[in-house]
Amino acid sequence: MDYEKLINCMRCGMCLPHCPTYKETFLETASPRGRVALVRKFQEGELEASERFLDYLSLCLDCQACASACPCGVNAGELVAEFKCEKKDRDGLTFMEELVLHRLLPHPDRLETAVSPLKLYQRSGLQRVVRKLGLLKMFPPRLSRMEGLLPELPASPLRRTLQEVTPAQGEERGTVGFFLGCVMSLVFSEASFATVQLLSALGYRVITPKAQKCCGAPNMLASDRAGMEEMARFNVELFSSYDLDFIVTDCGGCGAELKKYGHHLEGDGHAAIFSAKVRDISQVLVEGAALLGEKLHPLPYRVTYHDPCHIAHCQGIRNEPRQLLRMVPGLDYRELADADACCGSAGTYNIERPEMADRVLRRKLDTIRNTGAEYLVTSNPGCLLQLKQALARTEPQVRVIHLTELLQTSMTG
Amino acid sequence: METSFINELKNIVGEQYTLFDKESLAVYGYDSTPELESLPGAVVLPGTPGEIARVMALCHDAGISVTPRGSGTNLSGGSLSAGGVVLQTSRLNRIVEIDEENLTATVETGVITSALHRDVEARGLFYPPDPGSMNISTMGGNVAENSGGLRGLKYGVTSDYVMGLTTILPNGELLKTGGKAVKNVAGYNLNDLLVSSEGTLGIFTDVMVRLIPKPQAKKTMLVHFPELEQAALTVSHIIAARIIPATLEFLDKVTIRCVEDYAKVGLPLDVEAVLLIEVDGHPAMVEDDAAAIRAICEKHRCSFFQTAATADEALKLSTARRVALSALARVKPTTILEDATVPRSCIAPMVKLIQETARKYDLTIGTFGHAGDGNLHPTCLTDERDKDEIARAHQAFAEIFDAAIAMGGTITGEHGVGLAKKKYLPKLVGESGIRVMRDIKTAFDPKGILNPGKMF
Repeated sequence: MDYEKLINCMRCGMCLPHCPTYKETFLETASPRGRVALVRKFQEGELEASERFLDYLSLCLDCQACASACPCGVNAGELVAEFKCEKKDRDGLTFMEELVLHRLLPHPDRLETAVSPLKLYQRSGLQRVVRKLGLLKMFPPRLSRMEGLLPELPASPLRRTLQEVTPAQGEERGTVGFFLGCVMSLVFSEASFATVQLLSALGYRVITPKAQKCCGAPNMLASDRAGMEEMARFNVELFSSYDLDFIVTDCGGCGAELKKYGHHLEGDGHAAIFSAKVRDISQVLVEGAALLGEKLHPLPYRVTYHDPCHIAHCQGIRNEPRQLLRMVPGLDYRELADADACCGSAGTYNIERPEMADRVLRRKLDTIRNTGAEYLVTSNPGCLLQLKQALARTEPQVRVIHLTELLQTSMTG
Repeated sequence: METSFINELKNIVGEQYTLFDKESLAVYGYDSTPELESLPGAVVLPGTPGEIARVMALCHDAGISVTPRGSGTNLSGGSLSAGGVVLQTSRLNRIVEIDEENLTATVETGVITSALHRDVEARGLFYPPDPGSMNISTMGGNVAENSGGLRGLKYGVTSDYVMGLTTILPNGELLKTGGKAVKNVAGYNLNDLLVSSEGTLGIFTDVMVRLIPKPQAKKTMLVHFPELEQAALTVSHIIAARIIPATLEFLDKVTIRCVEDYAKVGLPLDVEAVLLIEVDGHPAMVEDDAAAIRAICEKHRCSFFQTAATADEALKLSTARRVALSALARVKPTTILEDATVPRSCIAPMVKLIQETARKYDLTIGTFGHAGDGNLHPTCLTDERDKDEIARAHQAFAEIFDAAIAMGGTITGEHGVGLAKKKYLPKLVGESGIRVMRDIKTAFDPKGILNPGKMF
């Protein structure tokens, strides 16, 4: 690890009020400043990577709100992730990690097949029976939590149904590559289909290379750098074989990871070019705002927007989604308090650290309730899963929807 | 620390709020002061004033030192403990009362300064002190350090607002001082004694502050000066013209360059000084003041004068000042931020002296700060691994402090003495000053267990 990055932290504390876990605990060990200090003291040989030490670090959601707030440009979330990667490089992957990250994720076909029993579980009515009889209590808590997050799955993943080339409508303004996130394709295929339709309506020819692999973000969550690099290399090569203006994604997590390929594969010129072309869908839609504006029909909804960490903190995108929502006629847009605070989903965090995830989530739910919104718009599958499930329980009147689905609804009128 | 003592701490504040593992102690070994670290023996986070009193009494009996800490943003090493108990006040964070008839707010000691701002401003009221760390600093910490901020020139500093304090004394006893009565001359003014006591006399549990009506209008101006003296003269002449701006901030050339590199706000690189001026109050008066200020700036050959037309523009204009520290801090790993303060008529000679001292010791020092109240922040950009440069930085600051004292100023305008300025204090207050301070300390804390080793 680059020691320079650690000593750049001047311990001013500006990160503290933005850190979800510090806000909950007031503990220095649960703050970005404290985490940087822990890693630094490990590097300096003052502390060992004991179980407790690792436990403190693993409380980090890696939401990177601290990075947005840091005067010195220190990214505590990333530094913690980097520390974990280096440790993993030495320790190696566990059997399950190896299985999921190296044998399942790199193969979309296998992944889709692995998910199909879940579909059967839902369609056959088994899920209803299990939930009704409270059978989940018999499962280990982790499993029952995962089951609770499971939304209704689409009949078929979008990767299977979407054609490789979607032609532009009207005058063609360019060609974009569509990066299909695993969860978006498997779970939120309607939203991703809306994304493709919006791009096409704005005059983009959309190429969706079917062979594309996972972005590698799950590998990074498990600190498996080698696995991530393999995915990155494959995706860079695949997309480089097309002549593309942009590479578009509607998944905040994928977008943040894809934009880092150039950094991850240092020295690989294609990776740098790839990353420079990556755009979140909101960025592309804003560029075509004039044309989009003409196509939107009124939607009389009260709407608020939750900034996914991977969009706001990791990619610095805050205005574009709001600008798009404000373009929809008749929409009553209400700003969410602390809109860019993490919802507690944070990759697999809500399964790994359920207690803290729930505390972080509770704050988010309170702020959503206070807006009086009927629709909560966001644009990252992790947030969608987390908030759909939570709001269904506490605020069933609030619908959770991806930004592109809402815009598509307005476009079709 | 002995297990039996730790167990007694746990009995008072609970196991969850008693920390003594290696990792926790390591991260409570610093605050925001560069270069200083010191390991405590334990950390407690009491949840009520009663728990604070019991912890104090326990430590008093055991002869173990206690150092209060809010969010740990102290800039003079004041929240560091050498082997004692660090008492973090964050859990006492209720805004107890906002009394709109008496215009007071009563808050628990761990309330975040900007949370109080939000609450009172929503009612059309105003609590002016706005230290740079206000988004995380605690009210108790602000009182203990007598924090200032950008609005000091017109509105004063924390001490100008403290009306009452509830304090736990070193032996665990409760002391109530001041209150809602605006006039109160009964006995020594213990309130004022406790403000800026840097956690050496007592631990606050409740703070009562004075509120004022929120100014109706505000106007923000940004002015560039090709000559440093002219900028300094402008500051003096604005005040001489009987105008007291809410904010009168200054950025020097080094700071301007760093801000532009970092934030690209459109500052020209060929100017010597930038002033950010804000006037507030009744709309008609704000208009008059802004016009008069413009005339003064033009008389002093400013090269650029912009008034913000909208709130968004005002925010943009003040960006340069708001990001000044960030911009400087990014240049090198270590940032030593000082707060030498002089009478405002000495701003120009002081800035010149800082620039000459930087050259003499071959250092990069950017200066920005509160020109209106003479409180400057010479900020040395360095690298803690470069021992030679660090030594030169300390020499340079020693000279800067000497000069500040010679000009009738002070070694610290708002950061406090703590550990960092301890050796300079005798020069400023003299032998008798130190003796009286020591005697006061002894009167409050005969066993010397509260935040020992700080100030003198």
